[in-house]
Amino acid sequence: MLHSLLQLGDKYFMWNEGPMIWTSDVLIVLTSLGIIGVLTYLKRWNWLWKEWLTTVDHKKIGIMYIIAAFAMFFRGGMDGLIIRAQLAVPNNQFLNAEHYDQVFTTHGTIMILFMAMPFIIGLMNIAVPLQIGARDVAFPYLNALSFWLFFFAALLFNISFVIGGSPDAGWTSYAPLAGPFYDTGVGENYYLISLQITGIGTIATGINFLVTILKMRAPGMTLMKMPMFTWSILVTSIIIIFAFPVLTVTLALLMFDRLFGAQFFSVTHGGLPMMWANLFWIWGHPEVYIVILPAFGVFSEVVSTFSHKRLFGYKAMVVSMVAIAILSFTTWVHHFFTMGAGASVNSFFSFSTMLIAVPTGVKMFNWLFTMYKGRIQFTTSMLWALAFIPNFLIGGLTGVMLAVAPADYQYHNSYFLVAHFHYVLIAGTVFGVFSGLYYWWPKMFGHILNEKIGKWAFWIFMISFNMTFMPMYFLGLMGMTRRMYTYPAGLGWGPLNMIETIGALGMGLGFVVMVYDIVYSIRHPEKDLTGDPWDGRTLEWSIPSPAPEYNFAVIPEVKGIDAYWMMKHPKGQEPEPTKAVDKSKIRPIHMPNNSYRPFIISVAFFVAGFGFIWQWYWLGIPGLIVVVIGLFLRSFEYDDEHFISTEEIVQTETAAGRL
Amino acid sequence: MSVHMESLHEPTTSSLPLEYQEDGNLKIFGFWVFLAAEVVLFSTLFATYLVFHGNVAGGPTSQQLFDIRGFTIETFLLLTSSFTMGLGTYEMRRQNTKGVVVWVLITVLLGLGFLGMEISEFSHYVSIGANISRSAFLSAFFVLVGTHGSHVTLGIFWILSILVQVMRKGITPKTARKLFVVGLYWHFLDVVWVFIFTVVYLTGKVM
Repeated sequence: MLHSLLQLGDKYFMWNEGPMIWTSDVLIVLTSLGIIGVLTYLKRWNWLWKEWLTTVDHKKIGIMYIIAAFAMFFRGGMDGLIIRAQLAVPNNQFLNAEHYDQVFTTHGTIMILFMAMPFIIGLMNIAVPLQIGARDVAFPYLNALSFWLFFFAALLFNISFVIGGSPDAGWTSYAPLAGPFYDTGVGENYYLISLQITGIGTIATGINFLVTILKMRAPGMTLMKMPMFTWSILVTSIIIIFAFPVLTVTLALLMFDRLFGAQFFSVTHGGLPMMWANLFWIWGHPEVYIVILPAFGVFSEVVSTFSHKRLFGYKAMVVSMVAIAILSFTTWVHHFFTMGAGASVNSFFSFSTMLIAVPTGVKMFNWLFTMYKGRIQFTTSMLWALAFIPNFLIGGLTGVMLAVAPADYQYHNSYFLVAHFHYVLIAGTVFGVFSGLYYWWPKMFGHILNEKIGKWAFWIFMISFNMTFMPMYFLGLMGMTRRMYTYPAGLGWGPLNMIETIGALGMGLGFVVMVYDIVYSIRHPEKDLTGDPWDGRTLEWSIPSPAPEYNFAVIPEVKGIDAYWMMKHPKGQEPEPTKAVDKSKIRPIHMPNNSYRPFIISVAFFVAGFGFIWQWYWLGIPGLIVVVIGLFLRSFEYDDEHFISTEEIVQTETAAGRL
Repeated sequence: MSVHMESLHEPTTSSLPLEYQEDGNLKIFGFWVFLAAEVVLFSTLFATYLVFHGNVAGGPTSQQLFDIRGFTIETFLLLTSSFTMGLGTYEMRRQNTKGVVVWVLITVLLGLGFLGMEISEFSHYVSIGANISRSAFLSAFFVLVGTHGSHVTLGIFWILSILVQVMRKGITPKTARKLFVVGLYWHFLDVVWVFIFTVVYLTGKVM
């Protein structure tokens, strides 16, 4: 009995692999029990269900995205620290090669798809409807479904660590290495199916925000009067709609190879492993712009607000973003110059890649000119934006170096490349989302994050970031290649690797200080009573903090770029109080009802995904049937909206001091 | 709903067709954007199929497999069903519930006929050993045509569920919009089939 139980434990829970797995099991059980215990003790189950799990409010969905992104930042960061621990000294055997493969695979996949993406989608959920003067997104119910699909996909991906083993073919999951022949076990199935589920949610988000931005702007807000963050999300949504279906197909093809014996990427039955590399990067390259353009949008808002100047070169900003979006689809081969595409193909992709530096450079200069002669206010949010410029520049310029195809044969898959993409993804996307978090936090929660602690977190993180990744450029040039799990002594790589590991610990400390800042600010809140703590320029600052459920009691009229700034500073007149809401214009507001169904459908997707991962079709197929039934029941739902009465709006607005 | 109520979405004027009223405009536009994503999805599958078309690995080629009579009937069934779906939409605009039910049911029957043909085609291939594992060409064929087929299957269930709603509630802005959207989906699948017919079957028969 005990013996067969242990055998099952070895087979499904990898108990034979030692104390790291046991510790994780215990921690997971304790954490789950802790969460359940706290919720039960505080009698919060009902509250959790009613206020959060069933909500369709874009602001709450945004908050949940960001909480999940923080959790995933922690998980991905731990992976990063484990990698750095392994590489700190030569000949280290802290991890074996197999475990090291798993850890760098989950690190990359989680950081891109389960940290960067949801963080950005969280910020766009919070800010976009408020910036365009809308009461929610176009399809609030679909929005909730997007979130829960992401959430359960992330959960599915993460449990691979303790149930069945993590994927281990790198976040790019190249065939034939990731195919059924060389990669037995369920790890890659976890990768394929959880990415598929979150990808469906992301496509829905792209559609949702494109329609929201095109159809639901306040009267007077023409496209060329939109805030720059909203512009960046419009462009990002278009990239999502054109890039993510490619990922859907790519993952499906490899899934067919692994689960149903198809031959797409095999080498013996006419399959082409290079097809994977091409398809993956046709999605993968636009993907890096999906995570960077919103960050550019955040910087545009933050730099303009804290320089107290209008954004320099609005039209050039828009044009360069659209140019980047188009070019992003023409550069995918630069990820594999060395895989034998030939000189003429490489030349084309080399050129198209360098071309992207032009619109990006235009944006850089526009941010600098926005600051020029501005009254710069060094808030935490602004510090992240300021640090972005030089750090991202290092990442960008080394990117141009990598774009030179002949030279890339030297840098390819070396630590030079690893340094490059961490410099663009961290200094671009991560600095961007942190900047946005400090900027919009008051609008989300009604209080400001403590600036003093926030600045500590910034300096620790930013300096440690450079300490971690700057030496990688040199290690790359010294010959250290990516994804090697250990290295011999005597190559001179030891000291730089040790510096990197210390830097990584510093980044971890910076993250902890930031979390402390959040906890501290919740316990000692510095209330934002005005709704406009930064002297903002766009419409989200014209309403109370936190924003009421219906966002705008009266939909504002937009007269130009920086609509709220123009309301605060009307031309040729004395500034008048702009916060007052005209009571006579308040009407009952139509809002969508909460629904439990997005949550249930996503749980069913999770179950179905788990079934397919293990090829337990008795579980997978019923799971999918529940998903489809959920969708059909939704179609029969007619009474899914309610009204907020005039009295209730008057009450809320009076309490916020607007009436 | 009284005119004083402020909707979450921008109000639309009543001069528009029924399906565009209330928030129909927004949802129909959203569905068009979804179809754009579907275009990308099928384009990727078509590109994959074209890459693998010649990679038969010693197995059957498209010329040997495809049966002209079969795919011609399939095409005829699906194209006709698109036309009858259009007639259903026409009857919807005329507020004729009965007409809608008749034409949409005919659409479903034609769709089922198409599906039956496709299933028998697939099972015939599998029975002679031309299955998904035989060659990369066959993998690409089954996944491309099968993805279209599974869309058609879902479409049939979807149409039926909308039909139930039309029969229960009559033709209202909401049911009209739902019928219109599922119609768009059905026509889209027809367009995809036109490409499958040309790129996969016709070209596959001569090349």
